[in-house]
Amino acid sequence: MRLVLEKRLEQSQLMLIMTPILSVIGVMIIGVILFDALGFDGFDAVWQLFITPVIDSYKWRDVATKAAPLILIGLGLSIGNRAKIWNIGAEGQYIVGALSAAGISVLTQDLTGFWIIPLMLLGGMVGGAVYAAVPAGLKTRYGVSEVLSSLMLVYVSLQLLSYLITGPWKDPNGMNFPQTAQLTEAQLLPRELGDSGLPPGLLFALVAMIIFAVIVDRTVFGFSIRTIGEAPQAARFGGFKSNQIVWSALMISGAMAGLAGTLEVMQLTRLNLGFPSGYGFTAIIVSLLGRSNPIGVFIAGIVLAVTYVGGQVAQTVVHVPNATAGLFQALILFAILASDLIVRYKIKIKTNRLQVQS
Amino acid sequence: MTWTFLIDALVTVIGITTPILLAASGELVVEKSGVINLGIEGMMLVGAITGFAVAFEFSNPWIGIGAAALAGVATSMIFAVLVLSLGTNQVATGLALTIFGIGLSSLIGTNYTGFAALPFDPPFPDALVQHPIWRVIFGHSVFVYFAFLLVFTIGWFLSSTRAGLVLRSVGENDFSAHSIGYPVVAIRFAAIAFGGAIAGIAGANFSMVITPMWAEQMTAGRGWIALALVVFAGWRAGRLLAGAYFFGVLMTLELYAKASGYAIIPSQFWAAMPYLIAVAVLAFISSRDGKSGKEPACLGKPFLPNG
Repeated sequence: MRLVLEKRLEQSQLMLIMTPILSVIGVMIIGVILFDALGFDGFDAVWQLFITPVIDSYKWRDVATKAAPLILIGLGLSIGNRAKIWNIGAEGQYIVGALSAAGISVLTQDLTGFWIIPLMLLGGMVGGAVYAAVPAGLKTRYGVSEVLSSLMLVYVSLQLLSYLITGPWKDPNGMNFPQTAQLTEAQLLPRELGDSGLPPGLLFALVAMIIFAVIVDRTVFGFSIRTIGEAPQAARFGGFKSNQIVWSALMISGAMAGLAGTLEVMQLTRLNLGFPSGYGFTAIIVSLLGRSNPIGVFIAGIVLAVTYVGGQVAQTVVHVPNATAGLFQALILFAILASDLIVRYKIKIKTNRLQVQS
Repeated sequence: MTWTFLIDALVTVIGITTPILLAASGELVVEKSGVINLGIEGMMLVGAITGFAVAFEFSNPWIGIGAAALAGVATSMIFAVLVLSLGTNQVATGLALTIFGIGLSSLIGTNYTGFAALPFDPPFPDALVQHPIWRVIFGHSVFVYFAFLLVFTIGWFLSSTRAGLVLRSVGENDFSAHSIGYPVVAIRFAAIAFGGAIAGIAGANFSMVITPMWAEQMTAGRGWIALALVVFAGWRAGRLLAGAYFFGVLMTLELYAKASGYAIIPSQFWAAMPYLIAVAVLAFISSRDGKSGKEPACLGKPFLPNG
């Protein structure tokens, strides 16, 4: 008797939805065991990490603030995931987007007008998209792996950030701190949506989710993106150009990362050396946990945001280090990747007697 | 004065180059087998904290290095099982391994922050180690000599041994290698374990010698440089050595530019240089030899013999 993998003709829809949920639950159980082994109160640590931010309404604003950029970037990346194009450098596009918006804020420091905020948002998206155009161009023209080129550019963007805020864009009245000048009233979005206490970024994330859902389900572009990932041969016969797909997948994810960066600058009201937060990397987990489905990505963004906020809670309550959140995020990604196997394959038990062919 | 300056600079270059040379050598073997592991940074960090902690607890740096290598292997096995046994995507899994390594090392490291590492002296007599000129050769930690030995051994192994040929064939055409009876998955497991061990040792080099202490994320992205370096070297051991020193010189220039306080070219420019050059080289080698370059043909592709 042995276990045999049998390829499913179609991906199991049930498993596609169930596996992310099971992955998160599985990671919570592993977490309890792991923390107990390390001498912490395992149950309490996992409770603070995953449950407290959900049931404590004082934490909702924090969760929403962290979820918004993760969702926005994750939505952009989901297009690439479907087409099997790996933009590992969203963090770089996020930073360059933020820099573009900050650049506009420096130029419009003394101006007022309703047009400044839209200009910053647009500038951030263009900045992110342009930065993502580099790996797109290198891939389509020279066949360079977008994985490596986009990743390398993250480190270039970190140096660019450091250079600009310690040099040309340093706040002249900032007592020599490496940061840009504070954004003016005309450059800031309202602190919260109405009286809800929720950050404006969440509204952007919600609208983006709807737009992406329409694009993926209802347009030729969405169809071609899906086809090229699942059946590249068929897509070629169908006349979809793979270069166009590479360009659009990278440009869209770049623009979304740039938008997230811009909103984050507005949230923080200025850029400093602490700006790079790893959202661009975590968003990769978000897009995969959300199965590249817009609604899934929205939920996954909230789940990952919960681990960030919960990580801080666990740090103060159970005294586990803050980096624990990252550990759990990685475990979630491991679990979701491993669970792909049961989406694509059936696990069957075969006995030797019955094995006539193979 | 100029002599001392030059010798100091050379010693710095050699020291700063060694961990990236080590990590890249390990990754070279992994990639030659047809697997790309983006988790170098994570494995290095786990190696760094393990090496530091074990050396500290046992008051013996050698046990620390051994433990770092084992920790690297253990971490890499998570990647290997997912990628080789479950056929997961290598890019995403490697990235997860880095995030995992950052988290795990910080978790283990909370009890070890603020301590100085055990002193780990060069393996030569003091007269040579502190000699004003000969210290260029004899004044280094054991990691430096190990790295040289390793890169030459790997070069020889890949080009001149039967086992090296088999490893390369697995990376170039896994299906053919499988059909003539080589155990593709087992060979890749071994290659990933080797890469993990070396990345662990590279991490220990950081926490035991370069900055003799533990700090969260102390490898500061050098694992990614190592990854770039393998591409930069066109998957050849000899060029890997040259490329590592090229990057090492750039990183030293960055240090000096920062230390000098004023500079015509900002230090960030030097810091960004290795990455920019890596991207440029990537474009160059990819365009020269058509699509394939010198990259192993099966790099990053899953191999499920019965799937």
